[in-house]
Amino acid sequence: MFAYVVKRLISGVLVVTLVSMAIFLLFWFGPSSPAQPICDRETSNRCTQTKLALYEKTLGYDNPVYEEYGKYVKGIFVGRTLTIASNDYECGAPCLGVSFRTKQPVKEELVSRIPATFSIAIGGAFLYLLFGVPIGVAAAKRRGTVADKALVSSFLFISSIPYYLFALLTWLYLTITFEVPFFSDTGYFPITEVGPFKWFSGLFLAWVALGIFGCTQYTRFTRGAMVEALSEDYIRTAKAKGLPTRTIVYKHGLRAALVPVVTIFGIDFGTLLAGTIFTERIFEIQGIGWWSLEAVQGRDLPVVQATALFSAVVLIISNLLVDVVYSVLDPRVRLS
Amino acid sequence: MTSVPMTQSSAAERDAAEGPYLQVEDLKVTFPTQDGPVTAVSGLTYSVEKGKTLGIVGESGSGKSVSSMAVMGLHDAKSAQISGSIRVGGTEVVGLSESKMRGLRGNSMAMIFQDALAALHPFYKIGGQLEEAYLVHHSSASKRDARRKAIEMLDRVGIPQPDRRVDDFPHQFSGGMRQRAMIAMGLINDPSLLIADEPTTALDVTVQAQILDLLQDLQREFNSAVIIITHDLGVIAEMADDVLVMYAGRCVEYGTCKQILVAPEMPYTWGLLSSIPDVTASTDARLIPIPGNPPSLLRPPSGCSFHPRCVHSDKVPGDLCRTELPALLPASSGTAHLKRCHLADPLQIYRTEVLPEIAPELVEETR
Repeated sequence: MFAYVVKRLISGVLVVTLVSMAIFLLFWFGPSSPAQPICDRETSNRCTQTKLALYEKTLGYDNPVYEEYGKYVKGIFVGRTLTIASNDYECGAPCLGVSFRTKQPVKEELVSRIPATFSIAIGGAFLYLLFGVPIGVAAAKRRGTVADKALVSSFLFISSIPYYLFALLTWLYLTITFEVPFFSDTGYFPITEVGPFKWFSGLFLAWVALGIFGCTQYTRFTRGAMVEALSEDYIRTAKAKGLPTRTIVYKHGLRAALVPVVTIFGIDFGTLLAGTIFTERIFEIQGIGWWSLEAVQGRDLPVVQATALFSAVVLIISNLLVDVVYSVLDPRVRLS
Repeated sequence: MTSVPMTQSSAAERDAAEGPYLQVEDLKVTFPTQDGPVTAVSGLTYSVEKGKTLGIVGESGSGKSVSSMAVMGLHDAKSAQISGSIRVGGTEVVGLSESKMRGLRGNSMAMIFQDALAALHPFYKIGGQLEEAYLVHHSSASKRDARRKAIEMLDRVGIPQPDRRVDDFPHQFSGGMRQRAMIAMGLINDPSLLIADEPTTALDVTVQAQILDLLQDLQREFNSAVIIITHDLGVIAEMADDVLVMYAGRCVEYGTCKQILVAPEMPYTWGLLSSIPDVTASTDARLIPIPGNPPSLLRPPSGCSFHPRCVHSDKVPGDLCRTELPALLPASSGTAHLKRCHLADPLQIYRTEVLPEIAPELVEETR
């Protein structure tokens, strides 16, 4: 097990390295000079060839790409001093660059935005698992009945709506049309500064939107996995042993059905942790998702680079965790 | 309704006072489907005494498994309609409440399934699954008692180092060992009725023989009534006291093992006997298959369900085979032998036409 985790971590580091190279190259060989956005910004859109050349030179874009990538990687481990035009910016390790817009080290802003995104992700995922899995089990037990069919088709309807539209409608109805008290002032308020209630109420609607939408999907996953598990031979064996229905459904059926659900959840949850762009934007929560959206809109290359790298790292870690959990759930999968 | 006379033996006489342990009478199992009701079993009557083995033979879809699942009460009440009577140790099982049924299942009667890899839960240890089967019917027993019992049963079915293997998962066992563990689980509560549904189908031949020997040993030890479901007449010859041949959900021939194998009176049984490979035969000898396919139970053939595939139906006067279902009547070799066929003297046809073709060396003996 330990050897397996170490092996996976090493291959994870390799993947992160490749991803960082890909991201680096993508901007380097993009349609416009990577210095163009900051040149436009600093000169209020009066960027001339001379000025562009100055920015390119100070940012090192006139050097060979491998040299600059080397400096970038070195910066991550020991930090570096970045020069933009005539100003120097100190960027401590792990240096992910300096934002073109705020001139702040990217790492610090990334760290400050993690709690908001993680709060949304954990709360939303908690809600949809809490409701999705039991509803899916209940539907599978009543497979083919009117209640099951009504539930499945209405949940299919909800999950057919694009998520951004669903989240937007949730926000519109709950905050504008019905003005739900307490919860209408959405946003991320650090629990340490304003106390748990404000933190909770600010995030609540985002959780609800994410929770309902995820619940419809997890109900369908769970129901499908459960229907399959309940038709297995070992369920018939369990019945033939004279076990009570509860034991058959939960101990024998759900245990087997959880494996595919956990797999999907691991990947989903990793995606949530990497930033929930729509949820954050719609409910005005200053998390990583919104930040990366702003960065793309403002052509803030170091931030785009950092958020992409962050997503890759989070997804690799969550995939590793899925595999470890998988081996715990299914003894046939031996990690060695 | 046909009454089923018992075979003679000392054990049978002892138990005769209480009657057979399992008595099935006029059993009918129907599944409603979108295309209409499918009658998987109909008019099935048989009985098994303690210490005796009944072999049920037939093709896939002949109703072998469906009828035994009905005995165990394993059909979903919503999707199967069961009528007739099934008495297990004097208790009427048809219409019995689910909670009472649960008390019998795995306790008074147990079932062994064919594919032990699929039939054992892949995520739980062998020991855990055995303990669970024990504890559910011994609510006062401790976990330690259950574990001791599980190890004892694994030892009994011939699993080496049972105290260690008890903590293995099913996938760590070989195919034969899994089937042994399955048998151990079936017998852990000392059931009086054991139903083995094709227990050796997924195993290779040497392991098959070991498993059959084990079942016979255990039956002698526990004196249980055993039903063995198979399509392998070799297994029947080895194991069964009585044989029930099923076709399209009905009993077509029923008698002692010797009667069925030596003096069969139903063309379908002849077909089964003709399709057994003979290792001593010359390599040029060909198997004689039964022509056609098993009938659809949704629209079973009129009259005798076997008539579309029967090569002897031309010997029956008129259109009787097509129009009228033959009754289950005593055969010529004795009242204990029942057959469902319109042929006037089937045994004569078997001996003069069928036997010379499939086993010429036996023709002299049977004369």
